[in-house]
Parts: sequence; structure tokens; C-alpha cells
Amino acid sequence: MIDVWILAVFCLTVLMAFAVVRLVLGPTAPDRVIALDTVNTLVIASMILLGVVFQEIIIVDVAIVYGLLSFVSTLYIAKYIGGEL
Amino acid sequence: MIEQIPQILVLLGLIVSAVLTFHFKDLLAATLAAGLFSFLISLEFYILQAPDVAISQAAIGAGLTTAIFIIAIRATKRFEGEGS
Amino acid sequence: MTVVEILIYTCLVIGVVFNSLGVLGLLRFPDLYTRMHATTKATTFGSIFTSLAVVVYGLSMFFSQNASQYLNLAIHAFLAAAFLAFTNAVSAHAIARAAHKSGIKPMLAVVDRLEEAKL
Repeated sequence: MIDVWILAVFCLTVLMAFAVVRLVLGPTAPDRVIALDTVNTLVIASMILLGVVFQEIIIVDVAIVYGLLSFVSTLYIAKYIGGEL
Repeated sequence: MIEQIPQILVLLGLIVSAVLTFHFKDLLAATLAAGLFSFLISLEFYILQAPDVAISQAAIGAGLTTAIFIIAIRATKRFEGEGS
Repeated sequence: MTVVEILIYTCLVIGVVFNSLGVLGLLRFPDLYTRMHATTKATTFGSIFTSLAVVVYGLSMFFSQNASQYLNLAIHAFLAAAFLAFTNAVSAHAIARAAHKSGIKPMLAVVDRLEEAKL
């Protein structure tokens, strides 16, 4: 049962590596921002899965805090790109 | 064996994002690469089962450092070697 | 293989496949807005389904072993998935609006209502 969860984490980590490729290539700044946002989402999903892998219940809370803080960061970058800051 | 592979990929991503932070001439892109570095190192702390360090790293790296860098970029020039 | 395991495997496979489709769209599409259209929605959907697998696992362990920590796991995973849904949608909208305001236009678009509304 544990192997399935770690296999899903492995798939999500490989997808993170492919999203970094777009962060390298991206011609404009918003391309890089959405690549970073994709990496954020994948990191949060793999954190929730890793909480089951380690059988430590309390560390799923890190994913909630992480999601809210990366949301603040993304909104800040978006306000800078839009010229409102 | 398969437990080690995500950790190796995260460490490779750390090296790549650190090199990218050095490489970009667009300072906004360099800030995004630094943000990627802090996200990946938070995941690495999480894999090493240190959730308190991961929470503090997420707060500092994701929230505070990106905002401070963007305030600094807004006050100066966006591209490296512009101006003067 | 029980019903719960089949449910968990199905949720995990749906989640990983939709995450893969989102990252594939991020790599292959030609324009910023099409990339955003593929990526943000597909990865949000896939991440909700991987979290839903954790919720199903926690609930099944809670009802079979009667241990309250697994109910805790299920509630926290559900909260994380809910925050993920809200914040991803809002941040994608903010990035698209900021990109349109900074002068990047859709490449193959026939009609652009936001540009017309500003005139």
C-alpha cells in the first residue's frame, strides 16, 4: 500500500522537473510565473501524499500553510507585473 | 530504492535553480528562480521529516523574500546592466 | 483487492494523469493564455483528486481501525484541497489580468473583449 503513494510522489516529482523546463525557456515573465505556480501546486499535492507515506499525521498542516503563503507570493508578483505596485 | 528517487530529483532541482538564479539577466526571473529554490528546499526539509523547519522556510522564502526582492526591483532597474 | 483500494487507485491515477496533461500543455502550447488555460485548471483538478485519495484512505482507516488520528488526516487533507482550489483560481486570474495589462496580447485571438472594454 505504501508503494503506491511513493510511486505517485515520484510521478509528481518528475512533473516538477518538466515544469522547471518552462521556467528556463519561458519568453516572458508571466510564463515563468505560471511555471512557478505549477511547481507550487505539485509541491502541495506531493506534501499531502508524503504525509501518508511517513504515517505522520501532523505534518499535513505544512501543506496548508505553504499553500496560503505561496498564494500571497504569487499575488505580489502579479501586482508587480501589472504595474499596480 | 524508489523512496530515494524523489529526493535525488529534488536535490538536482535545487542545483538547477541555484544556477538559474545566477544565470538570468532579467532580475524578475532571477527572483522567480530564487523562489523556486526556496520551495524545493522546503520540500527537501519535508522529506527529511523536519516539518517545523519546512514551515519556517516556507514563510521566509515564499512570503517574505520574494516581496522584499520585488520591492527592491521596483525601486531600481529591472534588467541587469541597465541604467548608468 | 477491496472496494476502498480500487477507489484510492482510481483517484490517484486520475490525479497523476491530469497533472501530466497540465504539465504537457505547459510545455507544448504556443501562447501564454493557452498555456495558462491548460496548466492552472488541469493541475488544480489533479491535485484535488490526489488529495481526495488521501481523504478516502484516512476515512477508511478511521472506520476500520477506529483510530481518531486518521480522521484528523482526512480533515486536514480536505482543508488543504479546498485552499488549493480557491487560491489557484484567484492567482491564475490575477496573473492573466496582469499579463494583459502589461501588454502581452493573445496570439491567435479573434476577439478580445477586455481590450475593447478599456477603450
